[in-house]
Amino acid sequence: MKHKHHVTTTVNGDEVEYLCETDQTLLDCLRDELDLTGAKEGCASGDCGACSVLLDGRLVCACLVLGVEANGKKVETIEGMAQGEKLHPLQRKFLEHAALQCGICTPGVLVAAKSLLEKNPNPTETEVRYWLAGNLCRCTGYDKIIRAVMDAAAEMRGA
Amino acid sequence: MQERVKSPKFDIVGTRPVRPDGADKVTGRAKYGADHKVAGQLVGKVLRSPHAHARIRSIDVSAAAALPGVKAIVTREDFKDQPSEFVPAGEMLINYRDVVRNVMAREKVLFEGHPVAAVAAISDTVARTALKLIKVEYEVLPHVIDVVEAMKPDAPLVEETMITAGIVPPPTKPSNVAKRVEFTLGDVEKGFKDAELVVEREFTTQPVHQGYIEPHACVGSVSEDGTAELWTTTQGHWVARAHCARLLGWDINKLRVTSSEIGGGFGGKTVVYLEPIALALSAKSRRPVKMVMSREEVFKASGPTSGAHVWVKMGVKKDGTITAGEAVLKYQAGCFQGSPVQPGCMCAFAPYDLANVKVVGYDVLSNRPKVAAYRAPGGPISEYAVESVVDEIAEKLGMCPIELRLKNAAKEGTKAAYGPKFGPVGMVECLEAAKGSPHWNGPLGKNQGRGIAAGFWFNIGGETTVNLQLNEDGTLTLMAGTPDIGGLRASLAMMAAEELKIPYEKVRPIIGDTATLGYNFVTGGSRSTFSSGLATVEAARSIIKQACGRAAKLWEIPEDAVTWDNGEIKPAGDNAGKFKPMKLADIAKVAGKTGGALVGVGAISAQGAAPSFGVHIADTEVDPGTGKVTVTRYTVIQDAGIAIHPAYVEGQFQGGAAQGIGWALNEEYIYDDKGRLQNAGFLDYRIPVASDLPMIETIIVEVPNPRHPYGVRGIGETAIVPPMAALNAAVRRASGVRMFELPLSPPKVLKAMKEAGKA
Repeated sequence: MKHKHHVTTTVNGDEVEYLCETDQTLLDCLRDELDLTGAKEGCASGDCGACSVLLDGRLVCACLVLGVEANGKKVETIEGMAQGEKLHPLQRKFLEHAALQCGICTPGVLVAAKSLLEKNPNPTETEVRYWLAGNLCRCTGYDKIIRAVMDAAAEMRGA
Repeated sequence: MQERVKSPKFDIVGTRPVRPDGADKVTGRAKYGADHKVAGQLVGKVLRSPHAHARIRSIDVSAAAALPGVKAIVTREDFKDQPSEFVPAGEMLINYRDVVRNVMAREKVLFEGHPVAAVAAISDTVARTALKLIKVEYEVLPHVIDVVEAMKPDAPLVEETMITAGIVPPPTKPSNVAKRVEFTLGDVEKGFKDAELVVEREFTTQPVHQGYIEPHACVGSVSEDGTAELWTTTQGHWVARAHCARLLGWDINKLRVTSSEIGGGFGGKTVVYLEPIALALSAKSRRPVKMVMSREEVFKASGPTSGAHVWVKMGVKKDGTITAGEAVLKYQAGCFQGSPVQPGCMCAFAPYDLANVKVVGYDVLSNRPKVAAYRAPGGPISEYAVESVVDEIAEKLGMCPIELRLKNAAKEGTKAAYGPKFGPVGMVECLEAAKGSPHWNGPLGKNQGRGIAAGFWFNIGGETTVNLQLNEDGTLTLMAGTPDIGGLRASLAMMAAEELKIPYEKVRPIIGDTATLGYNFVTGGSRSTFSSGLATVEAARSIIKQACGRAAKLWEIPEDAVTWDNGEIKPAGDNAGKFKPMKLADIAKVAGKTGGALVGVGAISAQGAAPSFGVHIADTEVDPGTGKVTVTRYTVIQDAGIAIHPAYVEGQFQGGAAQGIGWALNEEYIYDDKGRLQNAGFLDYRIPVASDLPMIETIIVEVPNPRHPYGVRGIGETAIVPPMAALNAAVRRASGVRMFELPLSPPKVLKAMKEAGKA
């Protein structure tokens, strides 16, 4: 039997380690080795965005990253978004706006939206739509998602 | 803009509280189908047919079975054959002869992706290797994909002995036509004679997939004593339990099914695919078996809805009165009978009050995956065709398409061609709201056009159970059994709180499993808020009655001398004012001393579901250089009865519209000449993304359903019905061409524009 790779990485601020196969994706490592199932697999081909996470601050589809590539890097997932009992403004606005129905795309959308607002605190509706074009939602028609992101952005700007 | 036509008269119903399952769903905590893990679980994988149609000569699993780490293999040998008969399963009629063959191929494979064998192994890698070691010998047969081709006399037969049902006398030769259905009202021949204008058109639509983002997934675990647990993402765990128990020959109570959070279903998760296989693999290995479909498997082997060919003929007087409507619907069923052609027939002309209607439907087999329900199954196809003809009639008469529809609109007392007389319905109200809307009266730019179309879905009720427990501190736990796909917990908690006059936050709604609650039919047919709402109200009223009984006991007065008055339990009649009124929380504290726990049960077969009509307005811009259609503005107007939680009602309107926009503009199944699907992924099967759509404006029309205590109508399905015709009409106005085929993809629109000299 081949030896697995020993990976040491930081997930949501905590140093963690796992063993993985060469061909195992970061998404599988998060879900199967670390039991962090917030990132979802919708397609395994980078088309749906349900597995969106940040890798060293960059928005990626965890299904397109190998588990070994996370070695020595910082991974941020949906599980790290709320601080204690305090939801992130995006999470709160998603609830207030009813911006989720089934909720399967929600973790990916939230991670992607957070990444947008870090780069661009005052996006236009068009900018939000294009940034989130890689996050498929089949339930909402995106209307309430876009409104929630715009509203959260406004609140975070103190507007 | 989010608009509501009337304001409600309730305290909680009609407000917009945060959903009870919300925090779990924005933090990644909520557990969906693939998020469940059991100690010692194996990985289950399915070997699927590479052919569209082939006889299975042999299956040799010996090499796979010998691979270290393989713990179980199942094939057709492991599922007992089932007789061909339609038996009730909940509200559906199920032919288990077909269900068992859909789960695992027997004599033949009938579509690319049809399961042939499955393995359970200690890892993904071992399971994949094992699949490659299974040797299947096929005799490849001619196949048929297209519905019109499949109906030809010399077409390859999907099922060699099938005789069309519904024709008298029955045909002597087998064909791919499983069934013919017909609905008639009045006399269409006479109606056409009375007409001053007749329009007759043919339409083609392609199969489209529900496109839920969460693939099918489950974990099955069979114990040494034969009891079993199943965790699965499903729209109905009682129905899943019935199917699995039947296919495996088990007593129903041996199997306990828990529904995970569900990542979208839209009808597609009302059937079983992986579940019986996972349980069969677990029964063989006595280890838990987890199975998850890939996206490719979802597209190739779970149900899309039918593609179809539809012929429509309508006659009208010059003043706009429709004198007759006739249609022939040919729907693809996939490889087993059961397309939604019957509901397609029912819906076709339902938005109109017509004297003369004839609709004939054919349910047609082909070498495609068996279709599954998809949001208003059947309705969007027939109504797209009829509404497109209505739009053409308006154009030819020079009439406003809203005025033409108002002149013929279904209303209270209208007799539908499929039988019932409508009670109060909101078709006229929706049209009036559309006429007065800012959108209908707003400006249009260059190369832009505006279209409008109506839609109808009948909605269902059905078997439903809800338990409501009054806890010791006066809070309540509500257990429902219709999986919550888009805010159901919120609306049930709101109705319970409204009924019991307690704060919304004091009701905690959960979804029970099949061992903890009585039978529930699926979340589908736009029934869950309606039916589980009715059961919730019944359970709440039982709690009130029991609480009044307890107070009577305490006060030592007759039960009928106690009343419930807006949240307070009071002595009445001669005893009025003699005792201090009690609240539910007061009764809860003394439950133990007065007879034990207070538990309300609503176990019903919900009756009185009322139809929902809707009207959509679409603006499109058509690029004369490329034929690309862009939706520039969109409004949904629909009758919700009463909106319990208006934000989730709007969400259903918007989501249905977005799915319809995808159906109209992009989505289709593309096959090669060998019957293999060419676009089994989200890159090539393109569902709308955020940058494809504008905001979707909504107007909630409220014509209460008199048969529901809060006036609820199902609203989830109607919203997918109008978009295809609304966009078709908008494209006509924007480009000058009238299209008769979906999707309205750039090459097709451009070709039509060039032929018409418009590009």
